[in-house]
Amino acid sequence: MTKPAVLEAIAVSHLFDVSRPFLQRMFTREPRRMLRAVDDVSFEIAPGTTFALVGESGCGKSTIARLAVGLYEPSDGDILFENQPLSSARAQPGLRRRMNMIFQDPYASLNPRWRVSDIVAEPIRAFAIATRPNEVHARVGTLLAQVGLTIRDGEKYPHEFSGGQRQRISIARALASEPDFLVCDEPTSALDVSVQAQILNLMRDLQKRLGLTYLFISHNLAVVRHMADRLGVMYLGRIVEQGPAEAIFRTPRHPYTRLLLDAIPDLEQVGRARTPVGGELPSPIAPPPGCAFHPRCPLANDRCRVEKPAHTMAGAVQVACHAVEEGRDG
Amino acid sequence: MALLDVVDLTVEFPTRRGVLRALDRVSFSIDAGEILGVVGESGAGKSLTGAAIVGLLERPGRIAGGQILFEGKRIDTLSAEPLRRIRGRRIGMIFQDPLTTLNPLYTIGRQLTETMQTHMRLSDSEARAKAIGWLDRVGIPAAAHRIDAYPHEFSGGQRQRVVIALALCADPVLVIADEPTTALDVSIQAQIITLLKDLTRDHGTAVMLITHDMGVIAETADRVAVMYAGRIAEIGPVAAVIRHPAHPYSDGLMASIPSLEHRVDRLRQIDGAMPRLDAIPNGCRFNPRCPRVFDRCTTEQPELLDAGATRAACWLHAHD
Amino acid sequence: MLTRAWNSDLAYNFRTSPVAVASAALALILLIAATFAPWLAPHNPMDVASLSLMDSFKPPLGMADADWSNPLGTDNQGRDVLSAIMYGMRISLLVGFLSVLFAIVVGIAIGLLAGYAGGITDTMLMRVADVQLTFPSILTALLVDGVISAALPHTMREALQIYVIIFAIGISLWPNFARTVRGSTLVERNKDYVMAARVIGVPSWRIMLSHVLPNVIGPVMVIGTLGLGLAIIAEATLSFLGVGLPPTQPSLGTLIRFGDDFLFSGEWWVTVFPGLTLILMVLAINLLGDWLRDALNPRLR
Repeated sequence: MTKPAVLEAIAVSHLFDVSRPFLQRMFTREPRRMLRAVDDVSFEIAPGTTFALVGESGCGKSTIARLAVGLYEPSDGDILFENQPLSSARAQPGLRRRMNMIFQDPYASLNPRWRVSDIVAEPIRAFAIATRPNEVHARVGTLLAQVGLTIRDGEKYPHEFSGGQRQRISIARALASEPDFLVCDEPTSALDVSVQAQILNLMRDLQKRLGLTYLFISHNLAVVRHMADRLGVMYLGRIVEQGPAEAIFRTPRHPYTRLLLDAIPDLEQVGRARTPVGGELPSPIAPPPGCAFHPRCPLANDRCRVEKPAHTMAGAVQVACHAVEEGRDG
Repeated sequence: MALLDVVDLTVEFPTRRGVLRALDRVSFSIDAGEILGVVGESGAGKSLTGAAIVGLLERPGRIAGGQILFEGKRIDTLSAEPLRRIRGRRIGMIFQDPLTTLNPLYTIGRQLTETMQTHMRLSDSEARAKAIGWLDRVGIPAAAHRIDAYPHEFSGGQRQRVVIALALCADPVLVIADEPTTALDVSIQAQIITLLKDLTRDHGTAVMLITHDMGVIAETADRVAVMYAGRIAEIGPVAAVIRHPAHPYSDGLMASIPSLEHRVDRLRQIDGAMPRLDAIPNGCRFNPRCPRVFDRCTTEQPELLDAGATRAACWLHAHD
Repeated sequence: MLTRAWNSDLAYNFRTSPVAVASAALALILLIAATFAPWLAPHNPMDVASLSLMDSFKPPLGMADADWSNPLGTDNQGRDVLSAIMYGMRISLLVGFLSVLFAIVVGIAIGLLAGYAGGITDTMLMRVADVQLTFPSILTALLVDGVISAALPHTMREALQIYVIIFAIGISLWPNFARTVRGSTLVERNKDYVMAARVIGVPSWRIMLSHVLPNVIGPVMVIGTLGLGLAIIAEATLSFLGVGLPPTQPSLGTLIRFGDDFLFSGEWWVTVFPGLTLILMVLAINLLGDWLRDALNPRLR
């Protein structure tokens, strides 16, 4: 990489305290319960690219989204924004405006009592990018046009728009601070398929035109296939496989990645009969010992039950799996 | 004779701004043992269709026209009590959210036995034995022990399995499943779909599978009906609709789904959005967004026309 | 914009609900009578000079010796009951309104803070509210009133009494507002639009006021309406017990108290009519509040 990574996570872990209330614990003498939402996660995002994190519920991708944008401080490890610690970067308005976020729920991400123009203008006013009302107005107009809406839409309230249009407003708001880096937390998961296509196309266009860098969070592998340059597959807080998207999709190495790819109903394979891998998603509060995936893994052996696998390279891809390391995954 | 025959079903919602027509002359049929997928985006009316068939339309919605024939007899004109009997015994229902389907205050064993005993003559011990059998068949481990557990003691996927057992335990001939896997994680979805497919094939139960997920339909259904703004846009065998869609909407829909196999530069998108119920365009409902629109589309609404392997409500296939 | 308001769902609901229209009409009549009492009332009961003991204990219309100049009769000093009621309503409504306003401001401030800050702040504030709620609000008002009145020097007592009452009743009512606002704040705080503001670094106090407050204020309107009824009753109770407003500014409660002495000696009208007015006023307000709550409830729509 010639230019510094936009975002770098180094051995990041994050714990949530999910203990019972203090008074209750006093009487029952229960210990504190900690939920390890993110466990020793490391990745780098090169400028102008899209790095996707993929996984199911409880895998920690949403927590990473919030860590990446500085809403939480990691319990352990470091997050660097252009080689500076994220927390100090965020303390400077000049750097803080270079990152922003797009959310999943088009209905909860816009304040129902604010007009659209005020919603989009908030970052402009917060960072004093423009101060005179007509300047602000002009910028809002440009932003709305950029996402396929009109300045007249600015006069309306969010409830007058459909889900897809609200996501566009969300994107316009995120772009208002003129960021370089956008964290996209499941931006199309709540949208219909045809609307999703519009939004994904819009996001790719904007990335090309404005040189944006995306951290793209999703549970939908097909969407990730379309958007990502590099991706990380997460399971119960760890990244189990990480590397160039093409490589991972073509030859998935980790058994969980294979399970995920196999589980997705495929349009091209009409009427396919298959035997999906059984087992449930374990609870992040009490993860299985050793490799968290071992109860569901067809390749699990004794070592997997006691020892957490380290990240090893397998070609261009980084995998955390004993079977891959030992060459058992054939 | 088809198991379920829906003819020109029309559902309306009177509001103070006028009457909104949510379903407009929807017609389709389901044969015994077949799986019909009903797919569409939000607001297309697919859930309403399922609800209307079993008489669970929420007020002030009402059936304003058409007929629903089940096993040859009309059920849309039945009163509440006879309809309720059919609903449990002959038609099973699976809804999206297992948390609200299952009563949190009763054990799942009680809910299963209660359902069975309401519709079949069984002693308590017979019902309990059958219930354990069902839990086993839907893949709940240690069924004999878990039968006395409460819904909150199960995971989301397991709860949906219980819901499937509940729907099938009275041995219905038709199951209406409304988004049965949408609330579940991807890896669990796969298990539930396979389970549903296997069980219904084993018992010869017909399924009306309502979902927005085209992939689920591709894997599970025999035929599929694509709905748009309260009407059926296209209906036919699954492979035909997916690989050679005859309606521009189905075509656009299939093309906008990103593929796992390869990455394209731009997904094909359908501009605009589905019309709201109070702003339905004249002629074909899809005409403002259709890339192949011509004059007739803006004035006359097409019925389902023969389009080779499928039937599509599109003037492109008019043979006159 | 007015046509849009007239056609809105809420206005339509109002127009088609006979209860809502009737209670609103009644409340409006009472409000106008109270506000314009100095111009509308047939007599001025405060003006000692206009009183005449000859007029004392005139019965209301319908009974013997009644006439139209005192349709509801007079009291022991010749004061016209109807006029006294109209003036009394002014005080009742004023005190009720100001104390509810006070309770709303304090309640919103505490509720917002507790809900947004969470943690120990939330726990402490809500425990204070909980403890206060274990006491009947009248008792709280009595307590506060008594303590402050005793603390004030004699000379200032009468002039400040009305403010003390407003403060006491307001203090007795704030927990209800605080709890509702806190609950709504907890919900809104976790919504993505709040997070969007945090991401760009908007300070917390600003988020609370400009983002969260507009969204939590809805239920306050409903509780406020019902609270107004409570406040009016509270003031009437305090005045009836004799620890409320001084006799120079009689509210409905004070009037009821006056007339109470004559109830069993036959001059029932002196206490009954103020009582009826109080009932009607609070009933109208409560019915309106009930209608508003149902109309704003999204689940019932």
